Amino acid sequence: MSGESRPMATPPAGPATTSTAMIATLGLVATLCGILIVSAYQGTLEAVSANKRIVLERAVFRVIPGAVRMKSFYASSAGIVPAEGPQPKEGVLFHAAYDQAGQLKGIAAEGAAAGYADVVRVLYAYDPARQAIVGFGVVAMRETPGIGDKILTDPAFLKNFEALDVSLTADMKTLANAVKTVKHGSKTQPWQIDAISGATVTSKAVGKGINDSAQRLLPLLVPNLGRLETAG
Amino acid sequence: MIPGQHELTPMENFMEGIWKQNPIFVMVLGMCPALAVTVSARNAIAMGVATTFVLVCSALLVSLIRKLVPKEVRIATYIVIIATFVTVVDYLIAAISLEVYEALGAFIQLIVVNCIILGRAEAHASKHGPVPAVTNALGMGLGFSLGLFALGSVREILGAGKLFGFSLFGPDFQPWVVMVLPPGGFFVLGAWLLLFNWLRNRKSAEAAPAAGAKGQRT
Repeated sequence: MSGESRPMATPPAGPATTSTAMIATLGLVATLCGILIVSAYQGTLEAVSANKRIVLERAVFRVIPGAVRMKSFYASSAGIVPAEGPQPKEGVLFHAAYDQAGQLKGIAAEGAAAGYADVVRVLYAYDPARQAIVGFGVVAMRETPGIGDKILTDPAFLKNFEALDVSLTADMKTLANAVKTVKHGSKTQPWQIDAISGATVTSKAVGKGINDSAQRLLPLLVPNLGRLETAG
Repeated sequence: MIPGQHELTPMENFMEGIWKQNPIFVMVLGMCPALAVTVSARNAIAMGVATTFVLVCSALLVSLIRKLVPKEVRIATYIVIIATFVTVVDYLIAAISLEVYEALGAFIQLIVVNCIILGRAEAHASKHGPVPAVTNALGMGLGFSLGLFALGSVREILGAGKLFGFSLFGPDFQPWVVMVLPPGGFFVLGAWLLLFNWLRNRKSAEAAPAAGAKGQRT
């Protein structure tokens, strides 16, 4: 292993190690290591959560241009509650973004679906006034470089998210039309996503991620939108 | 001290990991992170630094308690120590940069089972005092980091046309995407091993005629 060749001679028989010594050593080392781990965890906890917050804020401000502040909420059947508290049952996390004047600029939420290599996690911006998705970003993906990762750079694909229709039915129970990824060049409706040719699997993951998330979030969110306008 | 082996000077001890026993190019150890995370020079360096940190800290602790640990439980002890420092470095990376943390993914946690670290603890740190143990571990860590950098920089240059995220060849360059995919890791590693073996063979070929001539005379 190390390149040092060791003769296989039997070592001179020393006094046998007692069980107590073995247990004591392992116990001592484990205690010491436990203290080290817990202090490292406590010491970095604040920085790690601050980092997570910054990364999330940056991603939200990228999909909602003009936003400078954001607040996170849970939407559930019982209404909208700030995300600082405990997550309500069936609660869906979303982020409300506000501009300098405290005006609601848009809603950002995360969706996820299996892509080609791994789960593709996307962040989309919802514009309540237009009932449409108006921005798109990727939180995490491991798609093939140069193929699947074109969902972030392909201008024709990004054009899908200038006004992707996600309006609800009249009873606000579900989306009027499910968001669907269609074959490259066959988009005819505002709720369809035109896939990238050669990266269909990743494009479909984006569509499925957005659809699954919007189907859960929007029926809970839209009836309570009034609360958010003032929450800024 | 192994019989028949002369005591290394501190410099030789340090250089061992960088050249003569380089973990990547000579011992070919720790190939899992070496192939998996070296898609860019930055990832390679981050992984190298994390592994060096664990190597040095665990070598120091193993060396300090080497007289206390009964040989029956030494592997268990070393693994607990290594796992501890891997957990610490895991938290530290998440605190320093989430981007790097996401890029390295599960390979930070997998440092626990990197054979270089347990190998050094068992073969070196447990038999030497803290100063030589740390010196040797630093050299090994640096050698490992250099190896990763050699892989990561070539793969990033060819596979993305960039180095440390800066574009090198302008927009007309068509990246060799295969280089940032898993097969590219094997191609680049193979090319580096070929180069180092060729250098070594040439060196021994130069030395051989002299030795042969001497052999005939006696």
